[in-house]
Amino acid sequence: MKIAVTSGKGGTGKTTISLLLAYAADNPQYIDCDAEEPNGHLFLKPKIEKRIPYTELVPKINEDICTFCGKCADACAYKALVVMGEPLKKVMFFDELCHSCGACAYVCPVENALVEVKKQVGEIAIGKAGHIDFVMGQLNIGEASATQLIASLKRDYMDKSKTVILDSPPGTSCTVVETIDGVDFVVLVTEPTPFGLSDLKLSVELVRDMGLPFGIIVNKHEDEKHLIEDYAEEENIEILYRLPFSKEFAEMYSKGNLPFEKYKNDFALVLKKIRERL
Amino acid sequence: MKLMITAKGDNLNSTIDERYGRAEYFIIYDTDSDDFEAIRNPFLNDQGGVGVSTAKFTIEKGVNAIISGSYGPNAMDVLKVSNIELYKAVPGTVKENIELFKEGKLQKF
Repeated sequence: MKIAVTSGKGGTGKTTISLLLAYAADNPQYIDCDAEEPNGHLFLKPKIEKRIPYTELVPKINEDICTFCGKCADACAYKALVVMGEPLKKVMFFDELCHSCGACAYVCPVENALVEVKKQVGEIAIGKAGHIDFVMGQLNIGEASATQLIASLKRDYMDKSKTVILDSPPGTSCTVVETIDGVDFVVLVTEPTPFGLSDLKLSVELVRDMGLPFGIIVNKHEDEKHLIEDYAEEENIEILYRLPFSKEFAEMYSKGNLPFEKYKNDFALVLKKIRERL
Repeated sequence: MKLMITAKGDNLNSTIDERYGRAEYFIIYDTDSDDFEAIRNPFLNDQGGVGVSTAKFTIEKGVNAIISGSYGPNAMDVLKVSNIELYKAVPGTVKENIELFKEGKLQKF
């Protein structure tokens, strides 16, 4: 079973919920897909067994044999190449715009004028924290997109025999789409604030568009704040769990701890609810 | 000499557009004949790489100098290679900036 935990708004508690779910599961694998700023390891404190460099292919141009025909730049959907013919005779490459699609190399008519070379853009860490298998993607600072790295995490490191918890980046952009694509269930984490509700609506639109089963977990829940409850009822969305707001919880969190044992039974029930939905 | 001025509208009385890559219009002005052509920025709705596209477009237009408010880093990289002169626009209209350019009163980037 593959469960993705995401949210429209950042800082609502994706990692908290992901980790409490992973802890409560039998045979879990936790994958931190929030590769721009992964933080699951701060709470799990896993023993890292392997660190694997993550590379992507980028074009390298040999201007000595390039004919400056411009086909590579025309083929590039992301405008990462500029070809300047006579008299400048120069090809410029903007690596932060490149999506490593390989179109430039495919269309180049001159052998070896444009070759693809590996560029390290991040790292994948694998380890264990108690009974939880731990995988984390980390994008190098300054790199533009984690989408391909997330695709690699899911393709090359996900263990489908386990209960996989994918800790997603926030928002509704490519990285989130890549994370939740093909999962069995999406947990949308939100908080009972106007911002939380507004961004929850965007997430709901996304998961509905992708045709994925989903439910809501309200973090920092307070009984008198029912704006999420009202919305969920109106939209007929199941609220899987309400994690109450508590100062003790916040204090633990600030020290890099989570009350794993205290919530184990509750989150085992959440997992059961999700399983029943599938 | 061919000038490119970034503008909010399509004529010489239009206000300068501070942004180079995402300018509304490009006014291509010939300082010898005083003729001009206004082109709506074809890259305005592109998601990314607008600076690069605009710079490439500028080079293809055979422009000798640009007057604009600010240039993005990618556009700047391409323009540097191209030997096109970059001038800092002052707030006001396209016309005013062309006059200042002719009098040698515009600052270079």
